[in-house]
Amino acid sequence: MSVGARRSDLDLRRVLALSRKESLQIIRDPSVILIAFVLPIVMLFLFAYAVSLDIKQVPIGLVMESDGAEAQSLAAAFAATRYFAVTPARDRREVVGDLLGGRLRGIVVIPQDFEQRLASHVPQPLAQVVTDGTQPNTASFVAAYARGVLTGWQASRRSPRVGTLSLEPRFWFNPEIESRRFLVPGAIAVVMTIIGTLLTALVVAREWERGTMEAIMSTPATVAEIIVGKLLPYFALGLSATFFATLVAVTVFGVPLRGSWLTLIALSSAFLFPALGQGLLISTVAKNQFIAAQVAVFSGFLPAFLLSGFLFEIDSMPAPIRAFTYVVPARYFVSSLQTVFLAGDVWALLLPNAAALVAIGLVLFALVRAKSHKTLDG
Amino acid sequence: MSATVPHPETARVAAVEIAGLTKRFGHTEALRSLTTNIYPGRLTGLVGPDGAGKTTLMRLMAGLLTPSSGTVRVLGFDTVRNAERISELAGYMPQRFGLYEDLSVMENLDLYAQLRGLESDALKEHFDRLLTFTRLGPFTARLAGRLSGGMKQKLGLACALISSPRLLLLDEPGVGVDPVSRQDLWRMVHAQTAEGVAVVWATAYLDEAERCDTVILLNEGQAEFAGPPGELTATLTQRSLSLSHPKQDRRVVLSRALNLASICDGVIQGSSVRVVLRQGAGRDEIDGLANEVGAEIVPVAPRFEDGFIDLLGGGPGGTSALAESMAPVTLRSDLAVECRELTRRFGDFVAADHVSFQVEKGEIFGLLGPNGAGKSTTFKMLCGLLKPTAGEALVAGLNLRTATSDAKSQLGYMAQKFSLYGLLSVQQNLEFSAGVYGLTGAAKRTRIAEMIEIFHLQGYLKTSPEDLPLGYKQRLALACAVMHQPPVLFLDEPTSGVDPITRREFWTHINGMVRKGVTVLVTTHFMDEAEYCDRVALMYQAKMIALDAPDALKGKAATGGREQPSMEEAFIHLIESVDAAYAAAPPRAVA
Amino acid sequence: MNWRSPRLTAQIRKELLSVLRDPKARFVLIGPPVFQLLIFSFAATLDLTNVDIAVYNRDAGRWGYELVARLGAASFVHRLRQARSSDEIRGMIDRREVIAAIVIAESFSGEIGALRPAKVQVIFDGRRANGAQILLGYLNTIMGGLNAELSGQPGAIRESLAVRHWFNPNLIYRWFIVPSLGGILVMFVTLLVTSLSIARERELGTFDQLLVSPCTPTEIIVAKIVPALLIGTTLGLFMATAGIFGFRIPFTGSFPLLLASLLLFIVSIVGIGLMISSVCSTQQQAILGTFTVGVPAVLMSGFATPVENMPRVLQWLAQAIPLKHYLIILQGSFLKALPPSEIFAHAWPMAVIAVVTLSAATFFVRGKLQ
Repeated sequence: MSVGARRSDLDLRRVLALSRKESLQIIRDPSVILIAFVLPIVMLFLFAYAVSLDIKQVPIGLVMESDGAEAQSLAAAFAATRYFAVTPARDRREVVGDLLGGRLRGIVVIPQDFEQRLASHVPQPLAQVVTDGTQPNTASFVAAYARGVLTGWQASRRSPRVGTLSLEPRFWFNPEIESRRFLVPGAIAVVMTIIGTLLTALVVAREWERGTMEAIMSTPATVAEIIVGKLLPYFALGLSATFFATLVAVTVFGVPLRGSWLTLIALSSAFLFPALGQGLLISTVAKNQFIAAQVAVFSGFLPAFLLSGFLFEIDSMPAPIRAFTYVVPARYFVSSLQTVFLAGDVWALLLPNAAALVAIGLVLFALVRAKSHKTLDG
Repeated sequence: MSATVPHPETARVAAVEIAGLTKRFGHTEALRSLTTNIYPGRLTGLVGPDGAGKTTLMRLMAGLLTPSSGTVRVLGFDTVRNAERISELAGYMPQRFGLYEDLSVMENLDLYAQLRGLESDALKEHFDRLLTFTRLGPFTARLAGRLSGGMKQKLGLACALISSPRLLLLDEPGVGVDPVSRQDLWRMVHAQTAEGVAVVWATAYLDEAERCDTVILLNEGQAEFAGPPGELTATLTQRSLSLSHPKQDRRVVLSRALNLASICDGVIQGSSVRVVLRQGAGRDEIDGLANEVGAEIVPVAPRFEDGFIDLLGGGPGGTSALAESMAPVTLRSDLAVECRELTRRFGDFVAADHVSFQVEKGEIFGLLGPNGAGKSTTFKMLCGLLKPTAGEALVAGLNLRTATSDAKSQLGYMAQKFSLYGLLSVQQNLEFSAGVYGLTGAAKRTRIAEMIEIFHLQGYLKTSPEDLPLGYKQRLALACAVMHQPPVLFLDEPTSGVDPITRREFWTHINGMVRKGVTVLVTTHFMDEAEYCDRVALMYQAKMIALDAPDALKGKAATGGREQPSMEEAFIHLIESVDAAYAAAPPRAVA
Repeated sequence: MNWRSPRLTAQIRKELLSVLRDPKARFVLIGPPVFQLLIFSFAATLDLTNVDIAVYNRDAGRWGYELVARLGAASFVHRLRQARSSDEIRGMIDRREVIAAIVIAESFSGEIGALRPAKVQVIFDGRRANGAQILLGYLNTIMGGLNAELSGQPGAIRESLAVRHWFNPNLIYRWFIVPSLGGILVMFVTLLVTSLSIARERELGTFDQLLVSPCTPTEIIVAKIVPALLIGTTLGLFMATAGIFGFRIPFTGSFPLLLASLLLFIVSIVGIGLMISSVCSTQQQAILGTFTVGVPAVLMSGFATPVENMPRVLQWLAQAIPLKHYLIILQGSFLKALPPSEIFAHAWPMAVIAVVTLSAATFFVRGKLQ
């Protein structure tokens, strides 16, 4: 930098002028509004009503090979539970086809000699459950709840002779284990990644494609001003989208917000920092919208979906992938959001997460700064 | 228009000093040790063929590129070391408009004003002045993307003028601008030079260069000529000749003249043919030709364009290899194109209002008019891109409404905006066009090979059209449009922004094809090209206001001291007389 | 329409080259899905391993010690953190240092000795309820083992229910995720390629050139189907091959039937992509449109949770999602040896979707021509 460059690096008026331009462009493009406000609502709705991980009314077949009173009593226990929707049958062959076709998730068989088995002291299974293993998640739930029904039925029949050990589980923050409570924060993180990374990468690529970048660069605006002026509106858009999605989640879908709004906004700001940086970095490499989109999806959107701990436990991933999650900003954001929504302002957790987000952001912006010049030479 | 006399005080110190400037991109040298000065209070024209380095020089002066060696100093500041001062002193209008199409006129102006740190209270008056000047006042709320080409350029210029720069850099501001808007541009620029601003105007149109105070002619990165345009034209005295009213087809005459060794350039001007003798060549050959075709030969005033072509070693010859490769065209109907009461409405707005004309087989028919007059709308209806609200369009006797696919196979279309596939290579673009028009097997291969040879595309077969020099892009677009040897050819501003030599080559091809019986419909803002047409239709405010041969149109404008008006003057005259008639008796309320 | 018309082949070549000529574009088309398959098939697992658990053992007796020892030896536990107060437990859970905390009461060994029912309190982090519920199952197994020892029948645990998981006896999650990813990634790539195709031509002005040529609307649509079909099929086959040979997932169904379903699936996705494309005037809108349609489609496809868990209205809506039908065929063909009748039951809805969306797209192009 030369002596003449001592002038303030960031002229607020120029930044505001650029931001105003960008905001007008955002307001005029319906696709941006669609992604910032409609997609979050659709996702919240689906997470609230469609993508429930709470298993209830799973369709199973109940094959009654025995007519005994005890068997009838067990069948009644299966029919009574809210976990299963029972299709009764006399013979396995009646329901096997439905299991194959995916219309039933499991078959419980009460065998012909059920009464004898119950009376016998030889340890042998009383009943059999067959599950559809193609969906392992549902299969293990079916097995576990079928076992629960059977154990419960057995316990109701006899008083315990010896003291039995049992677990008394309690779920903090989410006693009813409603999946929407922990899925909603994840949905917000995914939408924020789309706005911060994908949209930013696209709009910068578009300025190159349309030639407006050249005109802007010939004005006295500095590189920093161009970058900040471009990011401020998307920053604001990201925050409004979060605010809006949270408002809907709390008022319409009944998700509690135990922490403060201020913390939520502060955290979202911290997350937008690396997200926007990533978008800018992509756009300095890809000056074509198709490539920018693919790279943003691969490096931003899918990791936010699958590697952030929102759907799958990070602890259980193989070590190299676990190591990689440390540089995925969404990892820190999902964990922070779940905490603010369900637990409250736990600073001991939030502060290190925010620091990690800012650190990743700083690295990304340093890379962007190193890669942007105010000439067309590069 | 006379050249502005440079003020002696301001002319002394150069506004831009360029010393030993070289710019390399990889292995190619765009500029080679260029040394020249640009003075304040003067309009400096920057001309040269495509790829001469005009845009590179503009960007270097704007501080957007750094020199590989040498220096550029703007008003005493080095463009590298004092880059941020340059952006304050210079106003730059890039070739592709730097306008945000989804922002309104006013929002674009506001943006550039604020980026240049202007106070808003002082702005009001300045804005009003700019808006009056550009005649954009009524359109402040319109989105820039909805403006016509001429309005866009004027708005671009207004944005560059906003901070009253000391140096104004305009990269091809006249591309796609109609003569009326072009007048506005000139007025704006002259007002700047009068205030002592140094203006650089890069252009491919040499009639524009002729109106500059000084011209720098770039070729292959070096200045071939620098000085007042008159200096160059003076070398051509007695070498520019006109063969008026030949008894033979003037296109044949031009072709024969251009094939003479002593002739370096030639164009058609209405019913005459204008030629330029090579330096040191005698008049014997051309006199002989004039005699043979029964034309009267007279010396005419040389133009800058003559000097340009001469300096660059002459234009292409008179024989079109493209036309040679074609079989004579047969057409089922004598009328190649016919439109009957063609009307198109967009909501309340009437874009084309009962337009009727007929184009005969083998005719070059020009469609002129200011930006937004309805030319493109009419054109699109004739190609089947737009459905008429009322009226009929027929191509080769086939109705576009009923026999869509058949009618379309009869026409070739070259769009104003390049419609080449940037993601495909040049070779693949050619193959695509051949295939889409049903060519197969050996016929397809030979036709493509011909096109490659005729348009000199060998060196670019694997390149993407986006990376081609402008002239080659246009060649490729024409090659794709004529691949299937269409009897009717639609050309929408085919030579917009193209240098004069490539333009000559285009017209040689067009003339050659017409002689084989091809019918050509062309729109253009370049009035010299209107002279090539057999007949010209002038559109204004959605209506056709004149339809005649170029000479007849010029004759109508020959009033009040203008004995030999140019095509441009005729154009403006016709439009002004319509305006005057409207002012006297408004025909209808404007929606 | 003539299928061997040079007009059609020229357009198909053009569409293919538009997507595949640029090496960078070729890479971003094929590279990411392959990486995604590799990373996510390992990352996405519902088996719980490597978790940290806190233990607050207030019992000084033998049984408390025994329980802690068994927990410490469990394979899914990474670290067992000793807590010394309730506050400490609260802190560890709040900070997400542990997924669960086990509190053993002072009276634990005493109750067992007195042959009274003894309870162990487990506190789970409800923010990670998904993993927590799986963990609860694991902990129950440990308690069952302890119970068996108490009842004096160590080793002979009386399992009252015989569980058999058909098609995937060990419930290997990868057997589920790999085929599913094959469907989801094919859908996203196909959707993006087609939704960009018309939008790109409109933004760059080449669409006019196409409309001026003698090509018919049907030809234009057919030409846009073919490259997506080729790319999608290649990708789909690659994913299936990787699943069979790379991940050793049993393939029990009929390969030709799967291939036919894949083609039908892609055609129905192309129809949706072209519909997105026809309402968008820029590439940016097309890309964002793809997301607005694609993300909810994946969520409702039955990949994340079974469709039958959704409200009735959404279940009807899910019938219009080709991915929902294709995932059933795909998973079934891998593991279930799905019979042709079942494949047909899920193939015809895709055919209906394809016919509807492609007709709409053709209608749109025809509208542009007039």
